Order: sequence, then C-alpha cells, then structure tokens
Amino acid sequence: MNDDKVISVDGLTKRFGSFTAVDSISFDVSKGEIFGFLGANGAGKTTAMRMLCGLSRPTAGRGSVAGFDIATQAEDIKRHIGYMSQKFSLYEELTVRENVRLFSTIYGLSDRETAERAAIMFDRLEMTSMRDTLVSDIPTGWKQKLAFSVATIHRPAVVFLDEPTGGVDPLTRRKFWELIYRASSEGMTVFVTTHYLDEAEYCHRISIMVDGRIKALDTPAALKKEYGCRTMDEVFRSVAGGAVRGQ
Amino acid sequence: MTSHIPEGIMILSSIIRKEMLHLRRDPQTLLVTVFMPVVLLLLFGFAISTEVNDVKVAVVVDTHTDRTRDICMRLQTNPYFTFVGEAPHADIDRLLRTSEADAVVVLHTDAGELSTQIVADGSNTTLAQSAQAYIRSVVSGEDAASSPIVSRVLYNPQLKSSYNFVPGILGMIFILICAIMTSVSIVSERQSGTMDLLLVSPVRPHTIILGKLIPYFLLSCVILAAMLLISYTALGLPFSAGVVNVVAISLLYIVLALSVGLLVSTLVRTEVSALIVSAIAFMIPVLMLSGMIFPVDNMPRALQWFSAIVPARWYISAMRKIMIQQLPLASVWTEVSILAGMTVLMLVLAIRKFKNSTN
Repeated sequence: MNDDKVISVDGLTKRFGSFTAVDSISFDVSKGEIFGFLGANGAGKTTAMRMLCGLSRPTAGRGSVAGFDIATQAEDIKRHIGYMSQKFSLYEELTVRENVRLFSTIYGLSDRETAERAAIMFDRLEMTSMRDTLVSDIPTGWKQKLAFSVATIHRPAVVFLDEPTGGVDPLTRRKFWELIYRASSEGMTVFVTTHYLDEAEYCHRISIMVDGRIKALDTPAALKKEYGCRTMDEVFRSVAGGAVRGQ
Repeated sequence: MTSHIPEGIMILSSIIRKEMLHLRRDPQTLLVTVFMPVVLLLLFGFAISTEVNDVKVAVVVDTHTDRTRDICMRLQTNPYFTFVGEAPHADIDRLLRTSEADAVVVLHTDAGELSTQIVADGSNTTLAQSAQAYIRSVVSGEDAASSPIVSRVLYNPQLKSSYNFVPGILGMIFILICAIMTSVSIVSERQSGTMDLLLVSPVRPHTIILGKLIPYFLLSCVILAAMLLISYTALGLPFSAGVVNVVAISLLYIVLALSVGLLVSTLVRTEVSALIVSAIAFMIPVLMLSGMIFPVDNMPRALQWFSAIVPARWYISAMRKIMIQQLPLASVWTEVSILAGMTVLMLVLAIRKFKNSTN
C-alpha cells in the first residue's frame, strides 16, 4: 500500500435490506490532507464514515484506513483514529482534566505521556485555568476546541470530524479551523463532514455525496471552475440539486 | 508503573472511575436511589400494616345479663378495640354510615340463651374481616375452656406484617433501582453522543458493559447492606447464620436486575422511555404477580404461569424461606437455579443485543 494514502476506498458499498445507503464510492486521502465530505442529510455520509471508523462492516468493496483493512482489522483502526461527533462529545459532568485522563487511558497513553501532552494542550488552548472546571460549565466554542484536542491526544493518523462546528458563530468556527490546520501541518489527516459551505472552502479537497454516490471530488477552486460558480454554496446546489433522497 | 497492569484493566478501571464521578456529581439521584428503598422499607415495616388496630365497636344489648356485661367489659379492655358505647337497635345503620363505628355487636338474649350478631362496615374489606374475627374471638372467648382448638403460628408468631413485606420490598427495590439506573445511564450516554466516543475507541464492548454494571453493582450492595441492617434491627427479623445465604441470593438477584436494565437499554431510544419501561413494566408484575401481596397459589392458572417468568417471584419465595422460615440453602435450590438461569439468559441476550445495536 502506498504510504502516502492514509485512507483508500474502492467500491465501498453498504446496503440495508434493499436500500443502498452507500453506493460504490471510491477515493483516496493523503497524509496531512484536510478532506471535506459533503452531502445533504440522508446522502449516506454518516454511513460511509461509520464504515471508515470500523463501526460498521461494508456490504461490498474494500477500504483501508491508516494501513488497516476496514472489514477485517476494525480494532486496529480504532487505535489509530480520532473521532469527534456533531453532538458535543466529552463527558459534561467530568472536569476538563478528568476527561483528558479518561480518554488518554482509553487510548493507551501512560500517566507521564498524558501529563506532558495535557500540559501542552492546555497551554495551546489557553485553558490552563479551566483545567478543573466541569465541562458543562465551559462555553461551546471552548468545548469544541477541547473535544478536538482530546480526540487527537493520542496523535492518530486520521481524525474523523462529524459536523464538528454545529451551532457556533463563524468567528468561533474559524478559530476551530486553526486547530485543524495545525494538526494537518503536523501530518495528521483530517476527514471532516460539514453543513457549513464556508468551511468547505478551508478544505484541501472536497467530495460531494448525492444519493449514496460521490458526484463531485476535487479542490474547492477546481470545483468552482468546473461548475462555473463563484462560491461553494452554488457548487453544492448545482451538484446536489437533483437529489432524490433527503428532506 | 502502569506497564505492569494489563491495558484492559486500566481502561476498565478508568471507565468505572468515570461512572463513579458521574454518580458523585449527581447527589439527588444518589440520594433517591439509596433513601427511597430505606424509606419504603420503614414505611411498610412500621406505618403500613395489614394488622388492624383500633376497631371502633358499638354494642346493642336488649337485656343485660352477666354474660352480656362480661362481653362488653372484654370489648372495652381489649387493645384492638375502641369501645364506642351501647346504642339502641335503631342506631346501627346510622353508626356505621357516619363511621362512628366500624362494627356493631348485637347481643340478643332470649329465655337465657344468648345469640350474637355482628354487623360490620364492608366498605373496607380488610377491616371488616379482621373486626369480625376479633369480635368472634372475644365473644366466644368466655367458652375458651370448652374450646379444644389451640392454634400456634410458626416462624412469625406475632403475625407481624413486616415479616411478610421485607422479602417483597427487597424483591421490588432491586429490580426497580438496578433496572432504572443501568438502563437510564446507558441510554443517556447514547443520547448525548458519548457512547459513540467509546465505541470508536479501542474500548471493547464487554468493557463498556462491565464499566456500567460494576459501579451500579457496588451501589446496590450499599443499598442491600442498609436494607438488611434495618430489617434485622428496627424491624426485628430473626438474625442467624442464614444471613450469608440471604446476602448470596440477593447478590445474584442484583446481577439479574442489572442485566435486565442492560437489556432494556438496548430496546429503548430515550431516557424517558427507559424510565417508563423499567418503572411500569417491572413494577406492576412485581407488585401483582410476585406473591409479594397476592399469594401466587390463589391466582388463575394462566397468571401463575406468567408469574413464573417474573424474577421477583422466585427471589421473594427464596427470601421467605431462608429469611423468615430460616431454612437451609438446600431448600431453595429450585429458586436459586431458576434465578441463576435467568441471569445467564438475560446477560447473554443483553450483551448480544448491545453488540448488535452498535453495528
């Protein structure tokens, strides 16, 4: 397998009975790339992502993540990925530090590694003073940055972000993306689904899923040129406009 | 230092720690889960009782004789009665209607022969039945010398109702508390999205399950200790070496109840439905079919069969035998093996469903 391809998918398909949620999708994502995974509700994004995370087995096709086969090596994949979901994903009733400790233990970090990485993380996030605050008491923007940092504390090869910035203002979103860029520049691959098309502009490459298939896949600039649009919003509407499924 | 401890144990203990912190930060829930059983036990043990005290009794006498005076005297001095007084025959209806009396004893003497009639207010059947039985024993008590029937009640000579209720309350509390706590906590993690975090992590499903069951098992042990302490001290249940069996069977029952909660969590989507399913679906069968209130043997056949699948029925039956009758463990092997079988079945079903629901 090519070292540069952190995610590699070929003809990936998931059927539930007669319903084909994901219909033979194929793509590659390189090391350090920020890959935007777009699509309307019901297009099959979540199902595809669950297969990549080792949570769901594909009906047909092949795929590998961080060098492991998604059908047969799900447990290995889980060790090498990070995951942050659209719902805010940390334990609200635990303090910041308790959350960090819980997840670093789960990902097999030693106490010393945890302490070192936590110190760097709190410093970067300017959260040192909030270490012992309950997560439920910190503002949403901070929570999302914290959740991202916790999801990547074990320095995974890939981090999956499922609509990570839901419900926050554009300024907070931009700050969040600074974290994503930093992770990407350090060699981490970022696989992100989003509803916000201004966010799509930040991605290196974008795929747009319609009715279980990938209808478009390229850099934002190339897509805009190809569809003759000025914004990603227009591109998305012209690609996904003919969707059968969804709302 | 941590390298000596297997990683699985490290992960499990950190998940248990998380659950403990969660419980500690939710003192209301903790308080309810520990104090509700205690309050229920004290309530049933002391306040709520099927024994009838203070039966208000009035007497209607047409002609006083030595015998009628003797009966009145005994009604006045008996601690179970409140003697309302003598009343004319025409007042019987009014006395019962206004609840001035619960029962009226009519003593009619004809040519030296005493005939007795009891008129009781049947709107409360328990009261009416007890009043009749008490009055009958008081009235006929004068003939005690001639009555050859001597009754002796074994195991619970004072017929204390707490003896009857303690096994029932234990059986109800654990199925309720354990099922509610486990199902609600798992479902709420699924709703908040934190369950997804655990599932995409290297944590194995069985570690997630154990991480949920162990903390609630420990909490249930605290509840059990509190309930047994009250039963053996305040409620005066006979204490003996058999308490070891009581504890052992209760622990088995707790594991069973936790597995039921786990199974519920895989079947419902929201916390509210987890709560309703656990509370209603378990409370009613336990109250009605477990033998806690109504004896199983008196039920229609179909209900008796149905009661066989209610775990509390077997637990309560075992508790009656070893707690009250003080029988050895060998006498409850049917109950214990059925409970053990149910536990295994529930756990296997729940774990399988849990794993499937994540795929």
